[in-house]
Amino acid sequence: MTSFFQNLGMGYDAAWFTATIAGILLIALPLMLAVAMIIYAERKLWAAFALRRGPNVVGPFGVLQSFADGLKVFLQETIIPSASNRGLFLIAPIITFTVALMAWAVIPFADGVVLANINVGLLYILAISSLGVYGVVIAGWASNSKYPFYSAMRAAAQMISYEVSIGFILICIVLWAGTFNIGGIIEGQRGHVFGFINAYAFNPLLFPIAVMFLISSMAETARAPFDLTEAESELVAGYQTEYSSMAFALFWLGEYANVLLMCALNAILFWGGYLPPVDWAPLYLVPGIIWFFAKILLMFFIFAWVKATVPRYRYDQLMRLGWKVFLPISLFWVFLVSGYLMFTGHFA
Amino acid sequence: MTSIAQLIKTFTLWEFVKAHWLTLQYFFKPKATINYPFEKNPLSPRFRGEHALRRYPNGEERCIACKLCEAVCPALAITIESEPRDDGSRRTTRYDIDMTKCIYCGFCQEACPVDAIVEGPNFEFATETREELLYDKAKLLDNGAKWERAIAANLAADAPYR
Repeated sequence: MTSFFQNLGMGYDAAWFTATIAGILLIALPLMLAVAMIIYAERKLWAAFALRRGPNVVGPFGVLQSFADGLKVFLQETIIPSASNRGLFLIAPIITFTVALMAWAVIPFADGVVLANINVGLLYILAISSLGVYGVVIAGWASNSKYPFYSAMRAAAQMISYEVSIGFILICIVLWAGTFNIGGIIEGQRGHVFGFINAYAFNPLLFPIAVMFLISSMAETARAPFDLTEAESELVAGYQTEYSSMAFALFWLGEYANVLLMCALNAILFWGGYLPPVDWAPLYLVPGIIWFFAKILLMFFIFAWVKATVPRYRYDQLMRLGWKVFLPISLFWVFLVSGYLMFTGHFA
Repeated sequence: MTSIAQLIKTFTLWEFVKAHWLTLQYFFKPKATINYPFEKNPLSPRFRGEHALRRYPNGEERCIACKLCEAVCPALAITIESEPRDDGSRRTTRYDIDMTKCIYCGFCQEACPVDAIVEGPNFEFATETREELLYDKAKLLDNGAKWERAIAANLAADAPYR
């Protein structure tokens, strides 16, 4: 893209700057649109699982429902509780939203179509998704209200717990792919199983951690069955209880952008990202971005499916699963994978 | 042996797989909800909806201002004032129902000796202001004119059980 702007007669620096800004807009704006549509899709999916119809009034089949909701929220008054910490209260949704968008910088949408092709892409995502907890904690703290505070405490503990096992799972993948670069990890899956299946998930040694990563990513984004941070029967609405109007909408958008990011990560790390499922030439005629979106949507369907099926965990069960099940197993899997790779001479 | 089976079940997430299979079957089932404004559920002839004051086929009001409905109304939603008419018969000069107080118990309909006040099949009378729900005699008679056919059919259908 830089060379495109250079051909328009710009200097290299100006062209690079323009290309980066254009790239950010090209990712962020469709992402907002995708978040709006994914909220609609999720409501339709839950409705279908519960034998209901879901939103079907605004626009054809209700597809404009999210935009109607957004407009409604936009027209509402922003209420700032007088006892809250004003500055922090306003900055919290901005952090959540910004961080949710930032991680998308290193996601490759097709071969070479990535905003920042950095060598430590996976570490970058890990770092950014850890920052996401700040928005939640600051929101809970700055609201100066007890339920948001409880919710923030829960969210902090939950996200940190599951980041540990996610870290070990990512180490397994990195060991196998031999790179932290996300494009490199996707290329490493080309013909990985039996020489023609483009997915780590079908590797028997990696399938269990694919499942573990799926479950951990649900916990990481505080989705059902791990949505203890917004357990409405216990905590009113969670950390965003005191928020209204656009501040609330930013939390909402950030949350779903994070969910989409986790779906994308699942698709990239275990299901071959933008590669077609099978290494067969005619399938490469379909653009990589379509395969990638199809995989994201499939993961999202699984997320919604789980949410419609599994009841919420108790908090001690959540902690037990994170620390006493996932942590030992993922740690053991790091040994298993590295041992296997050593004995098969992968590192030679 | 059972504990080993239990262990395998736990680690293969067998219960979760089963649960998800079940919900997936429900996912493809037809919807249970009806598409409300376009489809409606059938209503019983006894359905107690919006009130109406009926007239005889010759156009005479049925209500004779006996005030039984006013007396029986547990929510005190009905207010009636009456005067003899020029021809000497007693009629209401005021018949108000506060629909925001009404609990739709149907006692007024049961108390009425002449089937004048009835609860019709209409339940879609939401308004944008509270004042519009304070029905007066004109509104109730108007409802009666509007819903007479449905009300008469419902009363006829229910008559054998009364």
